[in-house]
Amino acid sequence: MNERSSRIASLLPWLLLLYSTRAHAHILGDEAGGFISGFEHPISGLDHILAMVSVGLWGAQLGAPAIWVLPVTFPIVMAFGGMLGLMGVPLPGTEIGIALSAIGLGAMVASEARPPLWIAALLVGFFAIFHGHAHGTELPPDESGVLYSIGFVVATGLLHLTGIAIGLIHRWKAGEVTMRLGGVGVALAGCFFLWDSLP
Amino acid sequence: MAVLRASPFAAGLLAATTPAQAHLMNSGFGPFYDGLAHPLLSPEDLLPAVAMTLLAGLGGARQGRFVLATLPLAWLAGMAAGWALGLPTAPAWLTAVVTALLGALVAGDLRLPLEVMVALAAAIGALHGYDNGHDLAATTGALVGIIGIACSLFAIVSLLAGQVAVLKAQWARLAVRISGSWIGAVGLLMLGWSVKS
Repeated sequence: MNERSSRIASLLPWLLLLYSTRAHAHILGDEAGGFISGFEHPISGLDHILAMVSVGLWGAQLGAPAIWVLPVTFPIVMAFGGMLGLMGVPLPGTEIGIALSAIGLGAMVASEARPPLWIAALLVGFFAIFHGHAHGTELPPDESGVLYSIGFVVATGLLHLTGIAIGLIHRWKAGEVTMRLGGVGVALAGCFFLWDSLP
Repeated sequence: MAVLRASPFAAGLLAATTPAQAHLMNSGFGPFYDGLAHPLLSPEDLLPAVAMTLLAGLGGARQGRFVLATLPLAWLAGMAAGWALGLPTAPAWLTAVVTALLGALVAGDLRLPLEVMVALAAAIGALHGYDNGHDLAATTGALVGIIGIACSLFAIVSLLAGQVAVLKAQWARLAVRISGSWIGAVGLLMLGWSVKS
């Protein structure tokens, strides 16, 4: 039952995507396109998805107030990173930073680390800058900036919510173990991304 | 849990508003209805207006009532000025900074004194109203359109601030604050865009 509900929750972002695409086909293409391409961006790369879902998972492990502080911190700092990217402020080692974020956040989930809240928020924020910067510099031209930004932030928030929804299994012993194994998986994937991003 | 249910819904609403976004609305029902539709379909105007409304709602019924009077009236005055004066409009980065700031205020659930809240609503209304009035000056039936926009804002503020002001449950207030953080994040990205283009 519980697994089913979290699976349904993880489908929600896709459901929304379908919903907006239909309108896109009918009316103003370019401007709806801004929202959709912004929405698609965070969910188009596995490295981003894993890191953002991990933020939600970690928050769910830590419980209140981290369960909402971390998912609020990430989009704001990520947007700040995106702003720097848009402004053309260089940030070295973006891809490495993103790979390290998957390793770091995966390790936090795997070990159920319980640092003080501000350290957890700082860590999440630090990684978020790299994710945001990567998005900011990869933006396609000729899109509606505001709608792109809305889609981008909403998709990121929904990925966190997906992590929190999956985190509902934490109340059972088996679920707790499953989540920690998931953290191991994210960290391993991060190692692969790191290997991939090294020259 | 409830946050999980509410947020996709909010996202769905945003998704639904996007297709018809346009610089000057053309609803096909004449300038008054164009004006009514404008704030709902222009995220640049809608986001700060919604953030201001959420902030007033979090501040309680009294602050909500004052902002309900201030925001549409200031917007109306701003539009009249923009329509009549025809001076250049505010730069895009200013709108972005205002949006980011308002989102941050909502996310932090900051309790502002009533005077500050009213002054904030007046400033935002004047700023965005001026932009709208300036754009509308070139169209026919601009005055009727201006009234439509003000009515639309009144409806947005009364519905949203009323909904937020009665929220007591902690998760519900958190959901409002999270949506504020999203608006703030969009504001930061808008700031980046305004520098880029």
